[in-house]
Amino acid sequence: MWDVEIRGMTSAHAIIAASIFMATVIPVVLVDNFSVYGTHLVWLYSVACSVAVVNIAVFWLLGISPPTKKNTLNYKLSRLIRSCVYFVLSCLFFHAVVVLYGAPLIESALETFSLAVLLSTLTTLRCLCILGPNVQAWIRVFSRDGWVAMSVWDTSLQITSSCSIVGAWFGAFPIPLDWDRPWQVWPISCSLGATGGFLTGLLAAPLWIRWHRKQLTYKLK
Amino acid sequence: MRLKASVFALFCLIIELLGIALYLRGFFPPAEPLAGSGPNSTQLPPPLFKRVVIMLIDALREDFVFGPNGKRFMPFTRQIVEEGSSHGFIAKARAPTVTMPRIKALTTGSIPGFIDVVMNLNSPALLEDNLIRQAKDAGKRIVFYGDDTWVRLFPRHFTEHDGTTSFFVSDYTEVDNNVTRHLDSTLKRADWDVLILHYLGLDHIGHISGPHSALIGPKLLEMDDIIKKIHTSLTARESEDAPPDLLVLCSDHGMSETGSHGGSSEPEVSTPLVLISLAFPRKGGAFQPSTVEQVDLAPTLALALALPIPRNSVGRLLPAVVEQAPLREQLRLLHLNGHQLSSLLRDSNPTYQRQDGYELFRVAEKAHGNWMKLYLEGNTSEVLGNLGRKVLKQYLEALQSMSLALSKQLGRYDMYSMIVGMGLILEVLALLLLAMPEALGGAACVDVPLAPACLSLPFCLLGLLACSTHVLMCTSAEANCYFCSLPWPLAFSALLFVAALLCSLAAMAGKRFRLAGDPRPKVSSSLDWTLSELDILLLTGTVGQTLSLGASSFIEEEHQTWYFLLNTLCLAVFQDVCRKYFKERRVLGEEREESSLLPSTTDGDPLRPSFSPATELGVSLGAEKWLALTTPLLTLVCCRLLRSLNQTGVQWAHLPDLGHWLNNGEHKVFLSVLAVFSLLLIFLLVQRHCSLVSTIALALGLLGIYSYRAAVGSVLFPWQHTSRSISKGTGEARFVYVFVLGILFTGVKDLLCSQVTAAGGGGHLRSRGLWEVYSGMVLLVALLLRPHNLPTLACCLLVQTLMVQFVWERLRYDAAQITIMHYWFGQAFFYFQGNSNNIATVDISVGFVGLESYVEVPAVILTAFCTYAGPVLWACHLMCYLSSERDRAAGALSHGCYCLAVLRSVPAALYVALTTALRYHLFIWSVFSPKLLYEATHVLIAAAACLIFTAVDHDHACSL
Repeated sequence: MWDVEIRGMTSAHAIIAASIFMATVIPVVLVDNFSVYGTHLVWLYSVACSVAVVNIAVFWLLGISPPTKKNTLNYKLSRLIRSCVYFVLSCLFFHAVVVLYGAPLIESALETFSLAVLLSTLTTLRCLCILGPNVQAWIRVFSRDGWVAMSVWDTSLQITSSCSIVGAWFGAFPIPLDWDRPWQVWPISCSLGATGGFLTGLLAAPLWIRWHRKQLTYKLK
Repeated sequence: MRLKASVFALFCLIIELLGIALYLRGFFPPAEPLAGSGPNSTQLPPPLFKRVVIMLIDALREDFVFGPNGKRFMPFTRQIVEEGSSHGFIAKARAPTVTMPRIKALTTGSIPGFIDVVMNLNSPALLEDNLIRQAKDAGKRIVFYGDDTWVRLFPRHFTEHDGTTSFFVSDYTEVDNNVTRHLDSTLKRADWDVLILHYLGLDHIGHISGPHSALIGPKLLEMDDIIKKIHTSLTARESEDAPPDLLVLCSDHGMSETGSHGGSSEPEVSTPLVLISLAFPRKGGAFQPSTVEQVDLAPTLALALALPIPRNSVGRLLPAVVEQAPLREQLRLLHLNGHQLSSLLRDSNPTYQRQDGYELFRVAEKAHGNWMKLYLEGNTSEVLGNLGRKVLKQYLEALQSMSLALSKQLGRYDMYSMIVGMGLILEVLALLLLAMPEALGGAACVDVPLAPACLSLPFCLLGLLACSTHVLMCTSAEANCYFCSLPWPLAFSALLFVAALLCSLAAMAGKRFRLAGDPRPKVSSSLDWTLSELDILLLTGTVGQTLSLGASSFIEEEHQTWYFLLNTLCLAVFQDVCRKYFKERRVLGEEREESSLLPSTTDGDPLRPSFSPATELGVSLGAEKWLALTTPLLTLVCCRLLRSLNQTGVQWAHLPDLGHWLNNGEHKVFLSVLAVFSLLLIFLLVQRHCSLVSTIALALGLLGIYSYRAAVGSVLFPWQHTSRSISKGTGEARFVYVFVLGILFTGVKDLLCSQVTAAGGGGHLRSRGLWEVYSGMVLLVALLLRPHNLPTLACCLLVQTLMVQFVWERLRYDAAQITIMHYWFGQAFFYFQGNSNNIATVDISVGFVGLESYVEVPAVILTAFCTYAGPVLWACHLMCYLSSERDRAAGALSHGCYCLAVLRSVPAALYVALTTALRYHLFIWSVFSPKLLYEATHVLIAAAACLIFTAVDHDHACSL
């Protein structure tokens, strides 16, 4: 049971990581003059889209989302709409936080919003996939005494989300340096940091769970 | 010796302050240049040269001309140097090898000290006597093309100029083309006497790719072509009757092996100096450049152009330049140089008569007089020539000796004082850190084993060692070291104190480790602190901020660091609040008892200052929850708005901000409305803590502030339609000062009463007194801040009130956490006000508020108070808050004071160590030194705050 879950999670993580890699490589062929720095927004959206698609596909196929009590089309539709609303709200929330951190309000709004979309994709979208649009479940996973995870997926969610956000946070450090490097342009360092953090989280989550598997006691569903 | 933590912190800060003062005295040895121009000699010998072209190639290293590279890349120059009529020297530059001080050295002949650059930041023009000014006064027409540092140093000195900025280091062709494009037309014209060219391209190449890059060769070839062009043009215009022209090729500094400069390594300080003129004899045979000082160029050029030597010049005439002149003239020139050096020596050194050089000069002068007598008698024998050469040699010796004595006492670090000061600071830091478990423990008492340490053997040995080192240092070094110039008993007692501190430090460390090694659970309380995310953030933030000071960009943009940390802090607090309230909803049953417990106990005690919003504002618990949730978010929004109020720093300082928009004359109405609104908000937020009398005084004071600003002309009176003449507003400002003093007096009176009365009612009285002192300070700050900064003050008070009401009280943060938060907020508000780590942002006009003319002491105090308004207000708020809360443990105030001392000592001590290590860094003057002054002032402010803390803290006593 344990090993199966961990193995499943590891392979899912590997697929997601590979999708990020592919999202960086494939546009080189398709888009003229593509580079991570030069056409950063293209790269950003390509990564965001691929992560989103792969996440949805993986979790749909594996059926990790919580079992729905009602199976009517109407209910599913309302869940879908609620998920979309939550995603948009989270984008706006991240945008607001980034602006509060000092991003220009008007000038590079598109760049800021793109960063918010990326962050939402790396954190909120995964929550939506795994936990569904269920605020109580989110609070359970992310509250203090929480970190009470119900399954390996919850732990993975905790680790990858916090890693992405911390990565973006660290990504802001080099901006004030006067090195005049192309990656110091807003928001390149932050989005690279977020992606790097996310990848680290993907790698760290299985290792961490494996390391702590003695202490972890998941309630079986 | 057992001390209360607050007393201990105060002592530590005071010792640290002394250490910093000593360090600063060593770091900035005061070398005040003498004002005015040099000793005006009545008649100067005729000029040796007609026109001068000074070609300064930035970062031209000596071996680019005289080394193997020179043969390859500068063939023309090399040929002229080896065979033509020229003189070549290796000119040694002094550290710091940075362009601006080097230009100063080249033109004034002096060695600028660090402090005079810091002191002259507000007036970048060179005020000292210098060659350019002398040339201008003598009616010479000067044309300048090149680095615009010159234009800033010598405004209105050039008849024609075109400055290029060295801002884009990556550009190394355009900067030089901008200079060269003027050259052809200028060389053809005859309407100039001095032409100065400053080429930056080579320096930029060095910064990009170093001295061995492939770009160096073409650049040197380009420079060689320009030299050839100038030389050809100058020689073509030569005529028989006029004196010839002179071409000077020089450089401000060299280039290290990595291509940078600023330090004092050999390749950085070795620069070529080539003087080319038809007046010089043609040379033949092997050429070996002799070594001279860079400052020698100033007196040489001055004498060669028949100008007075700049007063502060420590250089000496290059004898080779004048060796073609008749012996009488040579001696005359040397005498002029010697006279200038001796008068400089007399003015700057009290013991000048004991200097060898001065004595030698007197002897030479006498011999010169005798020679002149013989010469005028018409004696033309061989003897006269020999005698003259002897006098010449005497003069040269005297000049060398005097120049050496002068340059020794200028422009270098007083390392011994610096090291003693730094040792003291680092010891205090170690002491503070070692005492942490004790100081933050329940008793808040620190045991400093100073007395037993003084009786131990290591102390005696260390003391002896220190004293003997001191004697050795002070007797061997002939330099004037400040620490040596102190009276000997004082210096010895300071050294003994250092030794005693070291011994007690070792004793404390030993005790700490012994306890830590002990498996008994007695000390485990200090070891098994569980760290929450907030603690981790607070610790890493403090450490990270300290470490970030190592990078010059992070010093320039320090405000970004603080804003970033503050935002993160607010988000972390928000998360804590969320957890508290959402957890409550989930596990309502068990939590209810605890949460309902608090308001009831608050109501039970009438004396207790109540902070529960439920009772004070009459809101229900549900509303309180939402208010608590919005508080951190509101703080974030406030911070974001304040951040766009004043753009500071370096990189983004030019961006438009709200402050500029408001200060624009067209938006006076907005500014007035904003000021009124802020003043109202300040009144509402402050009056809650005040007694009735103080409230009225406060209201009148705030009205007075508005009328002061209206009188000064920055805001509008609504009913005033005719434009009144703008006054200095002295009367209005003094009106406010009266109320400030009144409120402060009431507060202090309450405080004193609380000391006298018994412990029962004293607490309440004390807290009211403290809040009144706080209100007085707020009123003073409101008076001093510019009107567009009033929102900063209002937001500061708003954030304080909200945080106290809904967050700090509710979430049970301990004193240390609250102190760190206060410190962070204080730092962020320091920058919100528009301050930066550059001296130029200090608002000096504050010193004139309410004063008719400049009076030094109040002006300095007011300026310092206003500049540090943010940190001071937050520190005072911390004190008021901690002492007015009875829930807290008795040691809360001590804990707060101790934490403040640690928070201030850690960055200050590490920064001092850092500047010692980086003292030859490229940006030491522009970035690190101003920050050092800011740090020192901040320690002073923190020590004052700790003094007040200690005076107020009477909760408990530490007994043995």
